[in-house]
Amino acid sequence: MSTPSGTSMRTARRRVSGLGSARSGTEHFWMQRVTALANIPLLLVFLGILIAVAGSTYEEAHALLGRPFVAIVMALALISVTNHMRIGMQVVIEDYVHAEGPKVVALIGNIFFCAAVGLAGVFAVLKIGFGG
Amino acid sequence: MVQLTLPKNSQITEGTAWPKPGGANRLTEYRIYRWNPDDGKNPRIDTYYVDREDCGPMVLDGLIWIKNKVDPSLTFRRSCREGICGSCAMNIDGTNTLACLKSMDDVRGSTVKVYPLPHMPVVKDLVPDLTQFYAQHASIEPWLHTQTPAPEHEWPQSREDREKLDGLYECILCACCSTSCPSYWWNGDRYLGPAALLQAYRWLIDSRDESTGDRLDHLEDPFRLYRCHTIMNCAKACPKGLNPAKAIAEIKKMMVTRQF
Repeated sequence: MSTPSGTSMRTARRRVSGLGSARSGTEHFWMQRVTALANIPLLLVFLGILIAVAGSTYEEAHALLGRPFVAIVMALALISVTNHMRIGMQVVIEDYVHAEGPKVVALIGNIFFCAAVGLAGVFAVLKIGFGG
Repeated sequence: MVQLTLPKNSQITEGTAWPKPGGANRLTEYRIYRWNPDDGKNPRIDTYYVDREDCGPMVLDGLIWIKNKVDPSLTFRRSCREGICGSCAMNIDGTNTLACLKSMDDVRGSTVKVYPLPHMPVVKDLVPDLTQFYAQHASIEPWLHTQTPAPEHEWPQSREDREKLDGLYECILCACCSTSCPSYWWNGDRYLGPAALLQAYRWLIDSRDESTGDRLDHLEDPFRLYRCHTIMNCAKACPKGLNPAKAIAEIKKMMVTRQF
């Protein structure tokens, strides 16, 4: 516990009430489950695609990834996984990083990283899909 | 960051090995955490031997025997010695439980290891400071809230609605669950913990209570409620066999239900 009673002149009730309820967290909780659910079929198909392209030439792999169904699944999987990753990592940061400065930096870094990874992946899928 | 090692003044040293009682046939060894705020020393582990033929069967019986016969300075809380007051909650054999309900014979191995409840400030020996824990319980306002003028006699409740409180009202606030929860260890200043949340749910589903929405508002917070990651240590530790994790999951379901 970060503030043992006795070392602070604030009352225990004052420490417990803190800055009050944030009135949020449910959306976060819900999206974590929704993306988890979406990840099950998307990653199964994603694995199937990986197995299908294993050992094939560049041209064959390019052609397979350019098919509409494959491209859509790949893009959906990237969006769902990177969102799930962002939400999950945020929980880990909130759990373990308590100093206000490093926490904010880590939370922002997490959003930037997941957005960049997700967007780069989706861009690559679209580029192949539209014949790049 | 979370501190994973003990600070220097919390590192435990080997303490006194108290002599075995003379003429005893059946002995049980106790290894007990000792810390005295007045002597400026680090905590230590003292070793005691309890004469089982002169002592009751429970771990608490052994502690009382030691205090009476060997070392009167050993400090711990106890009152009812039958699992209803919650005073003698401590960490025995690696698990938080009530010393009065834990049999010495149920301890794994031959030594009874006794520590205070984990991750709480220690007042002395086996006595933790539960001020914050009680304040968290008070913060969920564990009493009936009503707007309707009070009826002449009592607030009626159907049998079915009363049954919904079973498995919740039995909580004795011993703090075994909250102090077994890693999420409470890391974020006990902001996370309310399983005990307070079980009681919060007890009032959320009370058919007579008229401030369910306000109660949910108070809890809807990434830390107060959503630090529960369903680790389930709470349900495993509860000496009354209650399931705080399930109560917390029900609160989360209520939160989602009112969104759609």
